[in-house]
Amino acid sequence: MTAVLGVGLLALIAVSALALVRTDDVTCQTMALSFYGLLLALMFFVFRAPDVALAQITVGAIALPLMVMLAITRMKHREARRRKEKEPS
Amino acid sequence: MKRSHRLWLFAVGALGMGFVYCAGARNLPPWGQYRGPYGDAIAQLAVYERHTTDTVNAVTYDYRGFDTLGEEFILFSAVTGVMLLLRPEKQDSGGKRDEKGGNPASFRDRAALSETVQMFTTAIFGFAVIFGIYMATHGQLTPGGGFQGGVILAAAPMLLYIAENTEAFQRIVSHPLVEFLEGAGAAGYALIGMAALAMGAAFLTNVIPLGTTGDVFSSGTIAAISACVGVEVAAGFTLIIFEYLREILSQKKNEEP
Repeated sequence: MTAVLGVGLLALIAVSALALVRTDDVTCQTMALSFYGLLLALMFFVFRAPDVALAQITVGAIALPLMVMLAITRMKHREARRRKEKEPS
Repeated sequence: MKRSHRLWLFAVGALGMGFVYCAGARNLPPWGQYRGPYGDAIAQLAVYERHTTDTVNAVTYDYRGFDTLGEEFILFSAVTGVMLLLRPEKQDSGGKRDEKGGNPASFRDRAALSETVQMFTTAIFGFAVIFGIYMATHGQLTPGGGFQGGVILAAAPMLLYIAENTEAFQRIVSHPLVEFLEGAGAAGYALIGMAALAMGAAFLTNVIPLGTTGDVFSSGTIAAISACVGVEVAAGFTLIIFEYLREILSQKKNEEP
């Protein structure tokens, strides 16, 4: 039973990793990253590592996407400002 | 490079990768079999020696506590680095930290969200705080521990931000106490380790009485260190989030004419 569940989850993770790479929009990609992290946590739980699963949920599904999102927002603003500075010349 | 060349390069790389992967996978232990000697030994000894029911935390905060101390200070220096890089420029700084965020309304980013999202995020806030504290203080009994609890605690103010309760959000994340707690958590870990030195034992020896197995106040230094890590991680992540948001918003303010 666990083996079937584990293999199924691993397949799902492979599919979602492919989807994550194939996503074009960065904001959507961040959400996909969060979902991917959640799937990894589920996998750790199925493979009897609840401690690692909890760390994975907090880091992979909350903290990492949050940081990526904040960094992307910051870069977008900087890009917009640079474009604005170029325009008048 | 032509398409056919690229395909050939991929084929060679994939073959090599497949070969190395198969060679490596051949020597893996069978499904569900564990071969190392230490895991079994610690799983049997941790409850007896340290009065913890969660062996993983006994390992992280006690048996290899020194490594965890290093990881703790990696996070601490990372937070310090972020704060140093994103420190406010001279024009908008003046005095205290809590004045630099601008007016609370400046933390608002977008048009209003649906009321359902607002209501649920506000309702979940209390649960998130309690769950984070529970997680950080019960690491010795159940899976979890200071690190996980700390991140949950740091994520709680973000729920307020999503719910657009910006005033409360800013009051929490820009509180001067956050900075103090970040340092205090990191220092607490080192001081607990040094308390053992003062009592004549080795660094990070479990010197606090172990208590009854299964109690919240058991397992000696493991529970204490876990709580310290929880405080440090919660404050550290809150600081990073606050610095980033303030940076983004100050840039946004500059863009507006």
